[in-house]
Amino acid sequence: MEPYRTHVMLCAGTGCVSNGSFRIKETLERELKKHNLQNEVAVVMTGCNGFCAQGPVMVVKPDDIFYQLLTDDDITHLVEEHFLKGRPVQKLMYTPPAEELPVPKMSDIGFFNKQRLIALRNRGMIDPEQIDEYIARDGYTALAKALNEMTPEQVIEEIKLSGLRGRGGAGFPTGRKWELARAAKGETKHIVCNADEGDPGAFMDRSIIESDPHSVLEGMIIGARAIGASYGHVYIRNEYPLARERLIKAIKQATDYGLLGKDIFGTGFDLDVSIHRGAGAFVCGEETSLIASLEGRAPEPRIRPPFPVESGIWDAPTNINNVETWANVPDIINRGAKWFSAIGTETSKGTKVFSVVGKVKNTGLVEVPMGITLREIVYDIGGGIPGDKEFKAVQTGGPSGGCIPQSLLDLPIDYEKLAEVGSIMGSGGLIVMDEDTCMVDVARYFLEFLKDESCGKCTACREGIDVMHGILVRICEGNGKEGDIEMLEELSEAVKDSSLCALGRTAPNPVISTIRYFRDEYEAHINDKSCPAGVCKALITYVINEEKCKGCRLCAKNCPQEAITGEVKMPHTIEQDKCIKCGVCFDVCKFDAVSVT
Amino acid sequence: MPKIKPEDLKKIREQMSRTMSLRDGDARAKITVHMGTCGIAAGARTIMSTLLALTEEEQAKDIILTASGCAGLCSREPMITVELKGQAPVKYVELDEEKTKKIFSDHVLSGTVVEEYALAMGSERLG
Ligand SMILES: Cc1cc2nc3c(=O)[nH]c(=O)nc-3n(C[C@H](O)[C@H](O)[C@H](O)COP(=O)(O)O)c2cc1C
Repeated sequence: MEPYRTHVMLCAGTGCVSNGSFRIKETLERELKKHNLQNEVAVVMTGCNGFCAQGPVMVVKPDDIFYQLLTDDDITHLVEEHFLKGRPVQKLMYTPPAEELPVPKMSDIGFFNKQRLIALRNRGMIDPEQIDEYIARDGYTALAKALNEMTPEQVIEEIKLSGLRGRGGAGFPTGRKWELARAAKGETKHIVCNADEGDPGAFMDRSIIESDPHSVLEGMIIGARAIGASYGHVYIRNEYPLARERLIKAIKQATDYGLLGKDIFGTGFDLDVSIHRGAGAFVCGEETSLIASLEGRAPEPRIRPPFPVESGIWDAPTNINNVETWANVPDIINRGAKWFSAIGTETSKGTKVFSVVGKVKNTGLVEVPMGITLREIVYDIGGGIPGDKEFKAVQTGGPSGGCIPQSLLDLPIDYEKLAEVGSIMGSGGLIVMDEDTCMVDVARYFLEFLKDESCGKCTACREGIDVMHGILVRICEGNGKEGDIEMLEELSEAVKDSSLCALGRTAPNPVISTIRYFRDEYEAHINDKSCPAGVCKALITYVINEEKCKGCRLCAKNCPQEAITGEVKMPHTIEQDKCIKCGVCFDVCKFDAVSVT
Repeated sequence: MPKIKPEDLKKIREQMSRTMSLRDGDARAKITVHMGTCGIAAGARTIMSTLLALTEEEQAKDIILTASGCAGLCSREPMITVELKGQAPVKYVELDEEKTKKIFSDHVLSGTVVEEYALAMGSERLG
């Protein structure tokens, strides 16, 4: 790279790209040229920065100034002020929710400074499409070390000692899995990177690949060497074109450098990595379905044992790990098991990447040490709940995770603690819910997803989730009856006990956990035919408060059903038989005169 | 692209180190060129290009070059501030290419302040 004085690290993650970061790049380059700064200021497109809520974002190095919510129109001014005259532009900086003044430096922003980056160590720091930039930040040194200075057994021992556990959901100890795969009998062995990422709202695996594809590849090469595998596969969700493209480039560059292919680093070790596009179903991410899909069959899970480490792709021993698991490996080899195992809790070491979404101010992607509390994630990093609403619950672990109530906000997060309270780590989805969320409706929503995504092989999963979903729909429609809760509980047990894979075995979690912590809401729906959060349409009515109504006619004009009547400057009323409960009147009223009961 | 050996990783890292130390914001020396309208009018852009060329020539990896606004002393532009790690910043005034070269070799590279061009040591107090 040329000796520029400033690097503009412009986020080219999917979120920022869809908000126009490539257009901003063009404008930036044009404006820089206008001031003859093109040889002084370099524009570097990076992977996902994580602060997706504020996108498009950019970080100016070396000053570390963080700019956000950029538009094309801001660029002319920005280039002239900051890059020509050296005056950072305040109005494009981020102002934290509770503060008045913008915070110029990225490292001073709460969203970033509580994070600890291991899997995402290079995010925003490199151009993911340049292997030399990855190497510049110690890339492929772990591979050199693992190949030249360590035996495969020592590599496995290091990973075991580090305490790394699978980040794809089940949390199986990674070193142990590698050991089993190494011990398994078979001439050819395979490794797989599971990049199917089927959880709605989860995007950490996509971000890791988009921002640092080589970290995943390096982890895979080290793993393959440790296990004795000569074929590597990345099974990547078809809806991730940008991640796939970067991965293809990374594989090509690594192959050109001799880090993949034949005789890697001259050690006689061979590895080919190929890319497979996901078949689109949620269940494809389950390891035995994934293998079936990879072989060209319909993605249906099968009984385990035999586990994939004994019999996987084409019946050969196959070691499957998640994207984030692989991305952790090079840093563990470089910095040692001791360093890694000092981070986190007793049972869960290192960090976890979470995608924080829902009713929280700073949505985005965060990597935090295991053991951090939910409160820190929601308030310190997430910036709290928008619109001064009350926090209600966090749902962790994807569609088959559980809902955790306010009373458990100080829970330190690790695999075991989440399981104890009836949820799961899953792949790291974290949905924040506020007081306007109906927990019965939430359970209904997730079961609807799982009902559709059940592959249908096991009767209990196929029929059981469907029946449970039916009951939840009935409750939300105001037709719940006594015994429904008990029936849901009984079905939950049955579905859990008689399903082959974790889809069925965890599907009842949203129901069980909401009954456990929000039973009163179920009872209100069933017994009082009311929805306390004011969400379930069949159970709510919109009314206009006569005293507050000024007769401005705004609601009447906006009502799609023409259900609101009244004279100008006189209180209005809603004709209930016409009302479809769309809530428009509630949203538009400037006098707070519409209420939900 | 030729295949690389483990020792080549280090070479690539060295080639890239200037780029990377810039991004880490961690450097031995920081040179700020004051680029207010006054500075630019007085020729600050030439000073910046001179400095860029010098850092390139010296293959200086741990020097950060940055622009900032008017330093408040418009009559004595172009100005730069040189800050070596752990030392007080020094402001230089009324610069031209020759003076800049001398400051670069004496102060930035060798650590001796060029007093004849220096305005003052230290910075204003903030707040
Ligand atoms: C329904 C279902 C979907 C899954 N989807 C994914 C997925 O998208 N990505 C993933 O890494 N693991 C997924 N898993 C977990 C995998 O079966 C497997 O445990 C994981 O890839 C192993 O890697 P790890 O040990 O590194 O976590 C899923 C499991 C189930 C039951």
